[in-house]
Amino acid sequence: MALLSEDRTVAGAIEIFARRHRFRWYEVLPWLVAASCYVAFPNYLALGAQVLAAILFGLSLDLVLGYAGIVTLGHAAFFGTGAYAAGLLAAHGWGEPLSGLLVAAAAAAAVGFVTGAVILRTHGLTLLMQTLMVATMLHEVANKANSITGGADGLQGMVVRPVFGLYRFDLFGKTAYWYCLGVLFIGWLVMRRIVFSPFGRSLTGVRENEARMHAIGSPVFRRRLVAYTISAALAGVSGALIAQTTQFVATDALGFERSGTILIMLLLGGIGRLYGAFIGVPLYMILQDRFAAIDPVYWYFWIGLLLVVVVMFFRGGAIGTGERLLQWLRRR
Amino acid sequence: MAQAAVSMAGTAAAPAALETTGLCKSFGALNVACAIDFRLERGARHALIGPNGAGKTSFVNLVTGALVPSAGRILVDGADITGLAQAARVKRGIVRTFQITTLFRGLTVLENVTLAVSERLGSGGDIHRPAGSRRAIIEEAYALLESLGLQDDSLRPVKELAYGRQRLVEIAVALGLKPKVLLLDEPAAGVPSSESGTIVETIERLPADIAVLIIEHDMDLVFRLARRITVLVQGAVLVEGTPPEISADARVRQVYLGERPPA
Repeated sequence: MALLSEDRTVAGAIEIFARRHRFRWYEVLPWLVAASCYVAFPNYLALGAQVLAAILFGLSLDLVLGYAGIVTLGHAAFFGTGAYAAGLLAAHGWGEPLSGLLVAAAAAAAVGFVTGAVILRTHGLTLLMQTLMVATMLHEVANKANSITGGADGLQGMVVRPVFGLYRFDLFGKTAYWYCLGVLFIGWLVMRRIVFSPFGRSLTGVRENEARMHAIGSPVFRRRLVAYTISAALAGVSGALIAQTTQFVATDALGFERSGTILIMLLLGGIGRLYGAFIGVPLYMILQDRFAAIDPVYWYFWIGLLLVVVVMFFRGGAIGTGERLLQWLRRR
Repeated sequence: MAQAAVSMAGTAAAPAALETTGLCKSFGALNVACAIDFRLERGARHALIGPNGAGKTSFVNLVTGALVPSAGRILVDGADITGLAQAARVKRGIVRTFQITTLFRGLTVLENVTLAVSERLGSGGDIHRPAGSRRAIIEEAYALLESLGLQDDSLRPVKELAYGRQRLVEIAVALGLKPKVLLLDEPAAGVPSSESGTIVETIERLPADIAVLIIEHDMDLVFRLARRITVLVQGAVLVEGTPPEISADARVRQVYLGERPPA
């Protein structure tokens, strides 16, 4: 937030406000990197597609956590709902993927809206536990509803049709990669639109000081619920992407580990900065791969240790640290 | 003077800007408000004083809707708002500031005020356009900051400001809501005396049509600004009157014995 312009007139202020939502050159970078990965790692496209879908999941979490300040340990509830919605459609003869995504988004949004309407009346630790409970309950429902979801064996028999009726999902994950990249791009545009809108700024206001938001007449509960619902929809799309590209859904889509992992990924990248997931998700995957190679048994311990260090010494994750480094360089 | 009957369409005296009747609030055995009957006239400059724990801030919380009263009614322009949520009361023009600075600390001064203006105009929930493209709202917020002498700080995050300046931003955010009734909860609390003059001047220059209720411990400030004073003790109104009446009142002197007696 360094002030390069010292133009302290109303025109200067308007200019600085307007500059914030303008596209900047570095916002092209993630897409360039994603496109070049397609060329550079042709054998890892299936994995790449999963990474892209996970970034969308992280992006959805950032809206509630980074912007609205709602700490959740149950975001997998919406990821899993989307995955099962898309999975069940495809297993019952509706294999058209794009409409599957829309249904998944609607299903996850509905779950987000209904549960949010109940649990968002609470705050802090109570809210945290309730998000956890919602996901745990859904996980158990999926586990018990054997005849519908396949229970612990997972949902079998998904048949996903070609994208636009043209591009078949292939064994190498080429279609999956472009499909996920395209959907992530749209999801990112939506998120970008939201966070720079008056609605997005008011969410930041809720995060910064909820008491004051009430005092300036903001319908705080409604704002939080809308944010929660939108976030749930995006998370649902992310789950649907993974279901459609792997043609399989297991109960771990709703599991606690998924909620926890995406939270760690986002913290590593940096919350409330729109790009935290773009850095955090690949960073986590690479670290996990490296740690597992060095120490196959206790790699989780190293991830944990790293997280402690990040939280204590690198506030704001990778992006926050980068920002401070830039500020420091500028000041010198 | 402030009570001079403002005739409304030839009927009896106009309803007060803010009125409470029999307002009570108790937490178990603790009564923070006890049958408070209170009138704040249009354009009033009214102070609410009392020793620590008298229930002054609780009164503000009851009026703004942060606390739900156990009994009693709250009227604004004669209309009952007792059941309304906080946001709905702000829409009716009931606006407060906070004793402990309650701002969006990571955001710039200008954005703090912009959020308030944007909520007032009902566009705080818009998604269809960028917040930074709303020139009229930014211009209004900036003009407000200029009128308070805060324009040089407008692009700095609130947390970087000196505390005295933050107290001014408290007032600026409230003014961005165009209040009819402004409840100032210890506006000069924690501000060094060298800087409190700016806050007094700011309050003196508030538009005359706003009814202002000032809660304050600083008696110099109270006697300089208030035309009427209500003394609250243990959640109940002890006495109400003009500043000379209050400073001459024996009971008030007794309550404040040991503290700074009114001049």
